Amino acid sequence: MSETNRYQRRKRLGNIGYWAVVALVIIPFLFPLVWMLLSSFKIQSDITRIPPVWQFTPTTQHYRAVFEEHDFGRYIFNSAVIALGSTFFSLILGLPAAYSIARFKQTKFSLGILVARIAPGITFLIPWFMIFSRLRMVDTYTSMILAHMLVGLPFIVWVMTPFFEGLPIELEQAAMIDGSSQAGAFFRVLLPLTGPGVITSSILAFVFSWNNFMFGVVLTGAKTKTLPVAVFNFMAYSEINWGGLMAAAVVITAPVIIIALVAQKYIIRGLTAGAVKG
Amino acid sequence: MLSGWIDKRIRYVFIMPALIFVIVMMAFPILYTLRLSFTQWSMSATRAPVWLGLANYKSLFSSDPRFWGAVGRTFAFTMIAVAVETFLGVVIALILNRETRGQNFIKTLFLLPMIATPVAVGMVWLLMYEPSIGVLNYLLGLVGFPQGLWLASPQQALGSLVLVDVWQWTPMITLIVLAGLASLSREPFEAAIVDGASRLQIIRHITIPLVQPTIVAAVILRSIDAFKTYDIIYTMTQGGPGFATETLNIYSFVLGFQYFQMGKASALLMIFFALVLGLAIILNWLKKPFEA
Repeated sequence: MSETNRYQRRKRLGNIGYWAVVALVIIPFLFPLVWMLLSSFKIQSDITRIPPVWQFTPTTQHYRAVFEEHDFGRYIFNSAVIALGSTFFSLILGLPAAYSIARFKQTKFSLGILVARIAPGITFLIPWFMIFSRLRMVDTYTSMILAHMLVGLPFIVWVMTPFFEGLPIELEQAAMIDGSSQAGAFFRVLLPLTGPGVITSSILAFVFSWNNFMFGVVLTGAKTKTLPVAVFNFMAYSEINWGGLMAAAVVITAPVIIIALVAQKYIIRGLTAGAVKG
Repeated sequence: MLSGWIDKRIRYVFIMPALIFVIVMMAFPILYTLRLSFTQWSMSATRAPVWLGLANYKSLFSSDPRFWGAVGRTFAFTMIAVAVETFLGVVIALILNRETRGQNFIKTLFLLPMIATPVAVGMVWLLMYEPSIGVLNYLLGLVGFPQGLWLASPQQALGSLVLVDVWQWTPMITLIVLAGLASLSREPFEAAIVDGASRLQIIRHITIPLVQPTIVAAVILRSIDAFKTYDIIYTMTQGGPGFATETLNIYSFVLGFQYFQMGKASALLMIFFALVLGLAIILNWLKKPFEA
């Protein structure tokens, strides 16, 4: 056998070995999600059967129950309104703030906003609950959007400040020589250039809000209950209905997973922001 | 003219709305909680808070075993989870660090545990941990390992929650380290290969020292978040069995929104807040020598 042939064979074996190791590493990380999906399509007696059933005729009964008996359509709507609303307003407040911090080195302000990112959400929950109760704003979209903005806004500022720092100041100077105001230069010249950053930070702000459980437990009621709270309440019913629970879990997780599959590049950049430079 | 007015004050005009929002929604609530922490109050509309001075803090520190238990568990949970995640995360990143076509797809799969809704994650782990009908004990039995009681046992419950956290967040360390590895220059590696260094020698003497700042930054981010873990614990055990998994976050929530002891809960929240801030400051200070 010639040298090159042997080299290629070794390389191919190495590749197979590599993918085998990768599979071994990745299966434990995917298994719970696969198990959730499988269980949601099993009938109740199959879900609790040991040894587990791997081949079965899928049933959609749990999904039907989730939407018909438990009104999950409404919770999806609530979660979407709150996640979209809080992301939108966080961007409106956060983008100019990030620009101002980057351009004028306002480190003191950025420190204040950073504290909001570090502080445990529960620290604010008692005063919020009391103030919102007094203003009759518990169980409204407004109170939930405001609460979730305290997660989204600091995150957006945190991700966007380095983006603005990376833009050359000549860009806005050129726009201003052409007669634009500085604010105009920000909106017309700089903002379009930070597109990837805006996508990254808004996707993650949306996901954080969609996934948030703690604020919803205290601040929502019958009208504005979000998906995570609804799923949790589902469990509180007397006997655990595993099929319904897994279907509900799939319903809440599916949108986030689809976002992850479509926009993985942006999400990885956002989640690793602050740890990796560049 | 308006735009001229804005331009002259743009640094303040642009940051003011965000700043006012943060002051109203964060700074003001913290001060309010601080004041409430010196009182006794059950959220009653008719009975005003009664001033107690430092009594809430004193009772937490000197006569509340649940408080010290929660402090210990919060630190134990954070340290064990982050240590395991860092070790596994770095090892997996080193394994995956290869320029292949499937690289992006693998990264996407790794992203799923940390982005999946924690409440849903908690639910499926509840099902898997179920001692008699759960798939985890079945799989352990297949390979001859002893089966666990998991969340049903006061001794195993906290460890079981750590395992869920490890499942969720090891990928984050992996992805951060992978990003750090991708940004390294090739030269030192090529030089080492020319000098005949083995793979392990390269990892130990070149790769690890070079990505160390990235690893340290990842550990800091993760420690602060792990310290505040709430969703997984509350959905899976609510602090039980007994108080076996009650961390500071859970205990504050129970004091405030189940017992309605707003004064004592506020005192606990101020301690919790101070601990998180202190942790962030200390970790950032410890990180200094690692920065290039």
